Amino acid sequence: MKTRILWNTAALTLALLTGTAAAIAQVAMPAKPTVYNNPQLPNDPRVGLKGGVTDAGVAAQGMELVLNLPKPPGFAAGTTPQEKAPAPVPAAPAPLGPDGKPRQRALQLGSTNSDLAFKDHYVVVGNYNGFNIYDIADPTKTTLKTSVMCPGSQGDPTIYGNLLFISVESTSARVDCGTQGIPLPAGYVAPTPAPRPAGAPGGGRSPRAPEPPSQDRFRGVRIFDISDIANPKQLPGVQTCRGSHTNTLVTDPNDKDNVYIYVAGYAPIRSSEELPGCSAGGVDDPNTALYTIVVIQVPLAHPDTAKVIESPRIFSDPNTGAMNGLAVGNLHGEGAAAQPVSGCHDITAFPEIGLAAGACTRVGILLDIKNPAHPTRIAAISDPNFSFWHSALWNNDGSKLIFDDEWGGGSQPRCRATDPMTWGADSIFTRKDAELTLGSYYKMPAPQTELENCTAHNGNLVPIPGRDIEVKSWYQGGISIMDFTDATHPFEIAYFDRGPLDGEKFIDGGTWSSYWYNGYVYGAEIARGLDVYKLTPTKFVTANEIAAAEQIHLSLYNAQLASKTIYPRTFITAKAYVDQLVRSNALTQDKATALDAAMDKKNTRVLRTYAATFKKNSAKASPGDATRMTALAEILAQ
Amino acid sequence: MAAAQQVPLVQPGAPGQPNKVITNPVGTAVHDPTSADFGFMQGMVIHHSQAVEMVGLMNGRTTNPQMLELGKRISISQGDEIAFMKRWLAFYGKPVQEPNSMAGMDMDMPGMDMSHMDHGKQDMDTAVMPGMLTPRQMQALHNASGPEFDRLFLTGMIQHHTGALDMVKDLYDTRDAGREPQLFDFTADVDVTQRAEIETMKSMLAKESK
Repeated sequence: MKTRILWNTAALTLALLTGTAAAIAQVAMPAKPTVYNNPQLPNDPRVGLKGGVTDAGVAAQGMELVLNLPKPPGFAAGTTPQEKAPAPVPAAPAPLGPDGKPRQRALQLGSTNSDLAFKDHYVVVGNYNGFNIYDIADPTKTTLKTSVMCPGSQGDPTIYGNLLFISVESTSARVDCGTQGIPLPAGYVAPTPAPRPAGAPGGGRSPRAPEPPSQDRFRGVRIFDISDIANPKQLPGVQTCRGSHTNTLVTDPNDKDNVYIYVAGYAPIRSSEELPGCSAGGVDDPNTALYTIVVIQVPLAHPDTAKVIESPRIFSDPNTGAMNGLAVGNLHGEGAAAQPVSGCHDITAFPEIGLAAGACTRVGILLDIKNPAHPTRIAAISDPNFSFWHSALWNNDGSKLIFDDEWGGGSQPRCRATDPMTWGADSIFTRKDAELTLGSYYKMPAPQTELENCTAHNGNLVPIPGRDIEVKSWYQGGISIMDFTDATHPFEIAYFDRGPLDGEKFIDGGTWSSYWYNGYVYGAEIARGLDVYKLTPTKFVTANEIAAAEQIHLSLYNAQLASKTIYPRTFITAKAYVDQLVRSNALTQDKATALDAAMDKKNTRVLRTYAATFKKNSAKASPGDATRMTALAEILAQ
Repeated sequence: MAAAQQVPLVQPGAPGQPNKVITNPVGTAVHDPTSADFGFMQGMVIHHSQAVEMVGLMNGRTTNPQMLELGKRISISQGDEIAFMKRWLAFYGKPVQEPNSMAGMDMDMPGMDMSHMDHGKQDMDTAVMPGMLTPRQMQALHNASGPEFDRLFLTGMIQHHTGALDMVKDLYDTRDAGREPQLFDFTADVDVTQRAEIETMKSMLAKESK
């Protein structure tokens, strides 16, 4: 039995600001939340694993690695165009190691694998240098199908039909997918930046000394036609002022002719000479590319005409209209100099409920997207424990929301024994309309070393009926699968972890994204390639529950586009509910065994009796069990 | 572990152009760091070291739990970043300077005021780098305790972090600097982290003064 540190089960509502309210609520800065936080496990099998790229120590529970496919040429260490580039002129001396020999470039291993998207029996693995498509018709024999060289980080993919959308934020990406970057014109001398007036506020992330405008540069969302999966054809794509850090596919239930892409990012803004209309101006400039996201409309009949249709001011003050009106300072009503929020990292849309959740650097927000072309903010939250709001994950019915904190930006080892469990963690909220209530924090519980970059990163839902389950990447902290059915008491049900990439020196790596898709978990390992996992039964997850999840087959999956899973009314689904009722002591094992046998024999008369009993008992069961009993009764009665 | 599989490596052309199959893609060199980058990293080690030193002073001078938590956050982030910068400098074969020894540094350091360094000693009111506390400010912090310490710490650390943001901005404004990929990611994270901490500290300061 795990020790639970229970400070105060009373859920705490964080400072909340509704965008539609007539007056801004001046809410006091929230006290440090005192909700449940899962404990660290110092004696966990994941502690002390041996380092290595291919021979690292492994600890796993409830899931096993089916296969790993290392990155192919062009992406693997030693094969990238960047590594094979000629030395600069004049040649910089190769850095020397302690032995006096030139060092290998080993701060990282090849080009970075990033996010994943799925279509039919294919998975697209984004990479800073392009993307790779794998055939997963038989996941145990996953094979590389297509390898595309088209540099431009981060390369986050989304798919709709035969269209593949790739985020490009890098300033050295080219329209023609060339690997040579954007060379400066011969003899080019950068203009000297204007000196800052004395006493003017500083602050980085300012546009760097501008590179000369180039029509070869591509920043924004690339669009590929993947009708011929082995030969993706590049369409014009859509260029944007700040490029695209991530992109969210948004469908409109009332419009089958278009899909939308929400572009999130916070990179430097390019000049209007390079892309007309771009402005890095401040709050007085109505055209500034700050304080907004970008909405692209993609006409499905003519995807080559996709274009930016709006830059909604989703951070504006509902009273004054000031576009920089959302700031942690005014959320907390402190009167402190507010740092306005200027962009989002991730947005997860849930068109069926007309909402999207935005993780927007310093705040989490809810957007009304009933009209996807015009998202409007309806709520905002902040949290003193969070340093960087990174992504959002809806549960199946939209009543819960997990926001996570990418503390340290993903390149720092923030899961050590000394790092607090509330920092760089998931925060689990329940939602009622536009009101979000914090229930708990969850962080991968096994202390990691100084050599393993680790913090919360991308994940999705494992579709087990009757439960809310998240599978999530923690970079070199591995994968942790967690149950948050009770938003106030999440607990880990499975994990997979390797030792660091190197036992002595720090190398950036680990799992960027891990997602359940059609019965398997796919992991994009930054350095080691594509991992394929399957779940194995434990006391936390039964074979029946895994079988119930395996019934769900999608033909399209994008992590930032949520959709409701409707479970089939099968005995497979029913047996998952039965196991859950046994686990919560709402049903004895004897009765469960008898019921399972009745299902196997299709004994309708007995099953109807059980159905009636469950229907009756649901009235006095816990809310979770009541839902299970009701759903179970419906299956048994048919 | 399986070996890497291989298929033809496809390079799409510009829209409307045909795809090519390529075998040996060659790019441009990853942006090698410049002397300004080395100077920035060497200087930032010293800059960050002062923040860790300031947090060290908390012991015995404040019991405010919010302050202690802030201190923990700052010492973790600054400590990790010092470790990263040392790793990065070692990778490029550059020396790491200890806070009290500035000799041998790459002097092309954006934003650094070198004018007082000819004499080999500092005066009490000069900071070595943007935002760093002067010896006099550090002395005052050393001598303070309770709410007075909290106030001096918060104002001092806001000044310190703002200086770090200035150093990042100056680096970005320096020709060809700030482009080495690891350094770029690092500076971007310094920027996000320190802005967040400044926000928290301003908020705490506003509350203290109420």
